[in-house]
Amino acid sequence: MARYVIRRVLLMIPTLFFIALIIFTLAHLAPGSPFDKNENRPLPEATVARLNSLYGIDKPIHEQFLLYLGNLARFDLGSSLVKDRTVADIIGSEWPVSAQLGIQATLLALAISLPLGVISALKQNTIIDYGSLLFATIGRTIPNFVIGIFAIYIFGVTIRQIPALSGLALPFVGWGNGCGPLPSCDVKRMLLPTVILGLGEMALLTRITRASMLEAIRQDYVRTARSKGLREQSVIVAHVIKNAMIPVATIIGPATAGLITGAFIIETLFNIPGMGREFILSVNRRDYPLIMGVYMLSAGLIVVANLTVDLVYGMLDPRIKLAK
Amino acid sequence: MATVTRPLTTQQRAVDLNVLARRQRSLWMDAWYRLVRNKAAMAGLGVIVLFGLIAIFAPFLAPYDPTYPFTADGKQAPVLADPIWAGTQFVDARYLFGTDNLGRDILSRLIYSARVSLIVGVIPVSIIFVVGVTVGVLAGYFGGWVDQVLMRITDVIYAFPDLLFLLIIQATLRNTAFGDLGGGLVLIFVGLAIVNWVGMARLWRGQILSLKEKEFVEAARAIGASSARIMSRHLFPNALAPALVAVSFGIPGAMLAEAGLSFLGIGVKPPMATWGVMINEGFLVFSTSPWPVMLPAFCIAIVMLSFTFLGDGLRDALDPRMKI
Repeated sequence: MARYVIRRVLLMIPTLFFIALIIFTLAHLAPGSPFDKNENRPLPEATVARLNSLYGIDKPIHEQFLLYLGNLARFDLGSSLVKDRTVADIIGSEWPVSAQLGIQATLLALAISLPLGVISALKQNTIIDYGSLLFATIGRTIPNFVIGIFAIYIFGVTIRQIPALSGLALPFVGWGNGCGPLPSCDVKRMLLPTVILGLGEMALLTRITRASMLEAIRQDYVRTARSKGLREQSVIVAHVIKNAMIPVATIIGPATAGLITGAFIIETLFNIPGMGREFILSVNRRDYPLIMGVYMLSAGLIVVANLTVDLVYGMLDPRIKLAK
Repeated sequence: MATVTRPLTTQQRAVDLNVLARRQRSLWMDAWYRLVRNKAAMAGLGVIVLFGLIAIFAPFLAPYDPTYPFTADGKQAPVLADPIWAGTQFVDARYLFGTDNLGRDILSRLIYSARVSLIVGVIPVSIIFVVGVTVGVLAGYFGGWVDQVLMRITDVIYAFPDLLFLLIIQATLRNTAFGDLGGGLVLIFVGLAIVNWVGMARLWRGQILSLKEKEFVEAARAIGASSARIMSRHLFPNALAPALVAVSFGIPGAMLAEAGLSFLGIGVKPPMATWGVMINEGFLVFSTSPWPVMLPAFCIAIVMLSFTFLGDGLRDALDPRMKI
């Protein structure tokens, strides 16, 4: 087991190296420099040259890359080229917002999808089952920004115009601007983005829970448990659900990592000052160190999430042998 | 006395043997009959065909130029006219679906968007299919270094957050000459192909790995079939069904990626109309005039649902065991 973990951790290094190489190359292929933004009032050439040499952009690209890797190994992500802050500082202030949004969405998704999946498997082919299948189909099919638009239209625009219901209207400008973590911020502001972001995962988990429950119900050990006279309730809880949760648990890790890092569209739609919005802005401003920093953090999280899933899988299910 | 023995037909033989014979049907015909009986899949197919026809005949169907905000006599068209069913004072009978914030006809823009969506769905997925089949079959059949290289590339690409990678490709290469080809469409094709070909290759590799140990392949090899013949005549057709299902989900996936990128403002370049671009441009005036956003969002939702119904139906029809 220890050898397997060490091997997997060491294998992460070449993966992250290639990701860094590809993104670094792509980011530097882009035409233009970060200092040529204002076309009408260009900076004097001497200033641009000085800025370039200050940030090391005038060096050959392979030298810049080695320099970056060296800093990365010391967990130094460099400074933003546009803002007068370090990348670590920017990520430190933006990432908690994205993480909070992602964790809220994941918790909501779990709270709804697990019971829904279990119930719809136990009541297979009833109206409840069809209802949750329909929900799961819609949730995984219609993109979340489209659902978000419909939701904003209903809860943010239409309801506001109906006097009797106007109290139910939700703001859709996101949080931030002094609106910090949950207690200090208006919960109403977080409601729409959290629900919309969670919908996709909710649908996915409902489907997987249901399928996995149906699979577990038909197993021989369930028949054994029933035939030895266990109460139906304890058969379901101790035998069916316990085993059915194994595939579900493996999905939760990467799905959460994806949510925490990848809520770009939702953050843009609701104007939430998180990492996704910051990433898109930094891409447009050619802020290389910030692009690299956000990307390496996301890739690192996903690689770690994948590894965690493989390890957890082995612990949850003794039938799976990890060590080769 | 010599009797003339005539070969019996299948039906006659069946009568002799007292069994019910049915006309021989290929597996594909079986799958087709199963698909036709699936109402949701047929409804999805119907909508997709309708959108396809609209896309193909866009120039004949669109009442106005989708990028030209002037009336026939050269006057500025009314901006933000409501669609005729809205019943407000801002309705203009010449524009059934209203106009956007520049005065362009929304109906015409929706129709031309269908065309772009269709192209974005079909071309990248074709590239992915061809590349994925070639690499996957070779890697699965021969193993060796092709397989090793494929698996390493897979490791790297799977650690990439998909959308992040597409974003970087878009953001960095968009302002180059290459990014201008086809109004930015070519770059989207290439980006989608780079991100997604690995999944298809993995799918084929897995199929081929399990198929090549089967008896019919052994039999073919025993009678002296060449590797090329085994791959093209025996392995390819037998591995095709799951790949077709993957394609039927890949097409809406590609459309969705385009819509998402365009919504973020880094997809297709204006003035080309796509549903994503329309949402992006309309979002500025969403709270006062929702239709320029709601109508394209509605189109995306309908097309995505149709593809999911068709894809689910195809999966059930091609392999009833794969049901989730």
